[in-house]
Amino acid sequence: MMRAAARRHLRPLSHRAHRLAPLAAALILCAGSLGASGAAWSLTYTPAPETVPAILSDEGAQAVVAQCSGCHSLDYLTTQPRGKGAQFWRDSVNKMIAVYGAPIAPADIDALTALLDARLGKAG
Amino acid sequence: MVVMARRDFLTAAAGTVAGVASALATTPALARADRLRLPFDNGERPLVRLPQKRPLIGLTSRPPQLETPFAVFADGPVTPNDAFFVRYHLSGLPTAIDPATYRLSLGGHVGTPLSLSLAELKRDFPVQEIVAVNQCSGNSRGFSTPRVGGGQLGHGAMGNARWRGVPLRALLDRAGVRAGARQVTFNGLDNPPVDSIPDFIKALDIDHARDGDVMVAWAMNGADLPFLNGYPLRLVVPGHYGTYWIKHLSEINVVDARYDGYWMKTAYRIPDNDCACVEPGAKPDKTRPIGRLNIRAFLTSHRDGQAVRAGRPVALGGIAFNGGGGIAKVLLSSDGGQHWQEAQLGQDLGRYSFREWRLPLTLPSGTQAVMVRAIGTDGEAQPLQPRWQPAGYMRNNVETIRLEVA
Repeated sequence: MMRAAARRHLRPLSHRAHRLAPLAAALILCAGSLGASGAAWSLTYTPAPETVPAILSDEGAQAVVAQCSGCHSLDYLTTQPRGKGAQFWRDSVNKMIAVYGAPIAPADIDALTALLDARLGKAG
Repeated sequence: MVVMARRDFLTAAAGTVAGVASALATTPALARADRLRLPFDNGERPLVRLPQKRPLIGLTSRPPQLETPFAVFADGPVTPNDAFFVRYHLSGLPTAIDPATYRLSLGGHVGTPLSLSLAELKRDFPVQEIVAVNQCSGNSRGFSTPRVGGGQLGHGAMGNARWRGVPLRALLDRAGVRAGARQVTFNGLDNPPVDSIPDFIKALDIDHARDGDVMVAWAMNGADLPFLNGYPLRLVVPGHYGTYWIKHLSEINVVDARYDGYWMKTAYRIPDNDCACVEPGAKPDKTRPIGRLNIRAFLTSHRDGQAVRAGRPVALGGIAFNGGGGIAKVLLSSDGGQHWQEAQLGQDLGRYSFREWRLPLTLPSGTQAVMVRAIGTDGEAQPLQPRWQPAGYMRNNVETIRLEVA
C-alpha cells in the first residue's frame, strides 16, 4: 500500500518538474518548552533540493524517472559504476520489485532494463 | 510548528532564535557550491550543503547521503560534527522532532517496559563518554575491482567522535531482562516511503547489547547530535559498522528468538569465512551478519600526487583504527613493501578511536609510492592486496600514496 508521500512522487513528469524546482533543505528551530536540562528546541526538517540528472532529463528517459523516483532520488542510479551491462540493470530492477515491492509491471521490465543499460550500462 | 517557506521562516524566527536559525538554514547558492571527482570511474560528485553541515560530498539527495571530504581527516583525530558523514536507507526522514515530547521505549522480553523522556534519560541513569569510529560498511566501495553495485563511496564514509550518553546495559537492567532473551532490536523514526519496503531495524545479541560499551547517545563532541546524524538519540555500537548505529532511536525491543527482519537476515551479510572474502566475482556459500570493523590506516598529511621537497624529512602523518583491539603499530614503506619503518603513535583517545601516527621520512627524487600498514594489538594486520565481497563491504587493504619528490 502506497503512502501519500510516495503517491505524490509518482505524478507524471510535468508535475514532477515543478516539484523538483530548486528548494533549499532547511532545518528549523522553534522555541519549545523548558525541560529539566534547560531550553529545548523543536526541530523541523525540510528535505533537500532534488533535480533530474542531465543524463535522464530528456523525454526518452521518462520511463526511468517515472518508475524509479517514487522511492529514491535518481542519483542512486547515475552514480552506479558504468560498463556493468544489461544484466546488472536487470538484476537491479528485479531486486527493486522482489525485495522492495516497486510497482513496476512485469511487462515493463525488459524495456526499463534496455533503457537503463543504454543510458548507464555502457563503459564511460 | 508548521513548515513555512524559508523566507517566511527567517522573518518569523528573527525575534526568537535568529542567530542559530540563520546558521542552520541553507541557501540555494550554497546548496550547489562546487563539484569534485572521486578517484574512480564515474566518481564526479557535487559538494552539497545541508543543514548543520559544511559543504560535503553528495552521494544521493533522497534520502540524503553525504561523504566527508578526505582532507578533513588531516585536521585532527576527532571529526567535527558539521563534517561528519550522513547515511540513510529510507527516504521517510522524520520531518519534526520535539525533544519535550520525545520518548524512547524499551519493551519486549523484560519485566518492566520503559518509556523515557529525554530529560529522564539524561537524569536517571549513569552517563558515559566513549570516543569511537563510526564507519559505513561500504566505505571505499567505489574502489572495488571488479566494481559492485551500491553507494559508490570514496574513503569518507567514516568519522570519529566523542559520544555521550547512557550505557544500554543500564537501561536493560532497569527494565529487567527476562530469562531466555536472545537479541535486542533497535528502530528509529526514519521510515520507508512505501509499506512494501522493510523498515530499517537492526539487532544485537543480548550479551553484546549488555557489554557496557553499547550506548544510547544524545551528544557528539560536546553538542547535540546533528539532525542528520540521528537527533535526538542514536545507538552507538563501538567497534562495529555504522549499520547498527540506529539514528533517531525510538524503540528498543528485547526478543527471545533470533530477529530475522530483512536488514539482518538478507542485507548487510558478509562471507562466513576467516577472511570475510571471496574470489572477485564469486558468490559466498554461507554468510553471516556484518559485525566488527577490520583494521585500517590512512595517510592524511598529503594528497595523492602532491609535490614535496627532496633531501629533507617530509612530515608524514595519518590515522589508524580497528574494531576495538587498539592499534599496536603503524608501518610505512617507500620501496614497495621490502622495508618498513615504524611510525610514532599519537595520543590514545581509547581503543575505539582513530589513533594518529606520524613519521618524518626523507625520500629520494622522483615519484615515490608510500604504503601505510597498521597492525592491531590483537595481531591483525591490513592485507597488502584488497579482499573482495559481492556487496563491497569491509575494504581495508594497505593504502598507497604517490608523492612527487623534487
